[in-house]
Amino acid sequence: MKLITAILKPFKLDDVKNALQAHGVTGMTVSEASGYGRQGGHTEVYRGAEYTVDLIPKVRLEVLVDDSETEAVIGVIVKAASTGSIGDGKVWSTPVDQVVRVRTGERGVDAI
Amino acid sequence: MTRPKLIAWVAVIQLRHISPHLNGENAHLNIGENMSFVNTNFNAGDTAWILVASALVLLMTPGLAFFYGGMVRGKNVLGMLAQNFVTMGVVSVLWITGVFSLAFVGTGKFIGNLHQFGLNHIWQQPTGFEALTIPPLVFVAFQLMFAIITPALITGGTADRLKFGAWTLFSAVWLILVYAPVAHWVFSPSGWLFKLGAEDFAGGTVVHANAGAAALAVILVIGRRRGWPKERMRPHNVPFVLLGAGLLWFGWFGFNAGSALAANTLSAYAFVNTNTATGAALLGWILVEKIRDGHPTTLGAASGAIAGLVAITPACGFVSPMGSILIGFAAGIICALATKLKTIFKFDDALDVVGVHLVGGVLGALLIGLLGTHMINGANGLFYKGGWTLMGHQVIAVAAVVAYSFVATYIIAQIIDKTIGLRVSDDDEAAGLDLSQHAETAYETASYGGGSRVISSSESN
Repeated sequence: MKLITAILKPFKLDDVKNALQAHGVTGMTVSEASGYGRQGGHTEVYRGAEYTVDLIPKVRLEVLVDDSETEAVIGVIVKAASTGSIGDGKVWSTPVDQVVRVRTGERGVDAI
Repeated sequence: MTRPKLIAWVAVIQLRHISPHLNGENAHLNIGENMSFVNTNFNAGDTAWILVASALVLLMTPGLAFFYGGMVRGKNVLGMLAQNFVTMGVVSVLWITGVFSLAFVGTGKFIGNLHQFGLNHIWQQPTGFEALTIPPLVFVAFQLMFAIITPALITGGTADRLKFGAWTLFSAVWLILVYAPVAHWVFSPSGWLFKLGAEDFAGGTVVHANAGAAALAVILVIGRRRGWPKERMRPHNVPFVLLGAGLLWFGWFGFNAGSALAANTLSAYAFVNTNTATGAALLGWILVEKIRDGHPTTLGAASGAIAGLVAITPACGFVSPMGSILIGFAAGIICALATKLKTIFKFDDALDVVGVHLVGGVLGALLIGLLGTHMINGANGLFYKGGWTLMGHQVIAVAAVVAYSFVATYIIAQIIDKTIGLRVSDDDEAAGLDLSQHAETAYETASYGGGSRVISSSESN
């Protein structure tokens, strides 16, 4: 099993969510995040004083998948999230030892 | 005047109660005769307008609270709103108790007296206001609203670091020792600056230069916010700032046009001049930003509007509408540049009360010396062949008000700071005023530097 984590531009969340639902992904976790990568921050000006804002608001989306589905799901996310401009975000996967569905106690792939 | 009149007034009320039992025509005649005996020259239109104008001016203080509240960080927004709201409480009680009397009643050159303590003798017009066509109590209410917003203006300069209790005490002491005498000097026909011939239609010196100088004094006593200027403290909610600016602009029609104390052509001039100068100042400020910073900002548009409102306040009943364009445009440009003073001289005027209210109030008061015209009201300024006389009076009024306000406020702030302490502890400042002073938070989730929630826009499908 893998945990796929994607950092997205906030306005792309709907597209990615719809694409994943169409692909058959049945659940996800979404949270607010902030950070920066190659895009860096940006400059804001208030009453003539410049403020460098280096932590930019992003959305973090997490999906648990079976190993065999990993590449396909990553592909779906990257396709839906891409605008071609800097700051589109990142997607990565990490191995997962165990998953338990709290209500039923199912374990492993059955719990995804 | 005085007691026989009150007795007559009571008699009228009694007559009203029994009037249904009388023959209609005669009863009406009787009431009419008695009423005219009581209120020799009250005018219903004037009275209605000043009552409404008073309510408009009251709304400026919540407007100011949002204007300032949006500019502070999210952990201090309730602290800012609370300081403004408590001022409404403190001044409302003290004003009718005795401070109105100190500011407006009597023939003293420097301060009034306590003849109308507790609104005693309130059927008498204050000295010099005998020609007013509104009941004295309406005048009390109208002036109360000015007395509320003036100390409230100071909270922008001292944002993020005042103890709530110390502010509450300060606002009361300052109202009595600074606002009352200054209002007397300028607004009361007995006051020495009024007698001198200095012109201030709605409070450029009494309200704005006064509050600006006082803010500077308190800022110097309490010092800078932790981290300023190295740490940037950006506004947490710019839409609040524009909402507040809108409420201020709206309420300011009561402030300025109401200061005619009647519903007439002069109040119309004050109304139009106020709106015109505000528009011109808004344009002036964002023009400076476009040239200097590259972008015209919404915060700049709001700030420019306030700068214009401040500068036209003393002048709105003395200059022509074309003159008001000059005053507004000058205020927008000069106040936008003046917000840099705090970085040059290293005083932490958090929300630019000095740059906008002190500079704008002084600018407006002085420009009357150039643009004042007898065709509207008052004396002629330099541009209307009045010579330098009026300008001389304006300079003296500005210098006297600013100097007295600064010195007296500095002493008051020092005494409060040395006794109960004006400033919150470092830990409380770091935690924010909302939590440390009020045990509340404004927002469910504090996010990074902003107040907005990222996901809310994508919740619906």
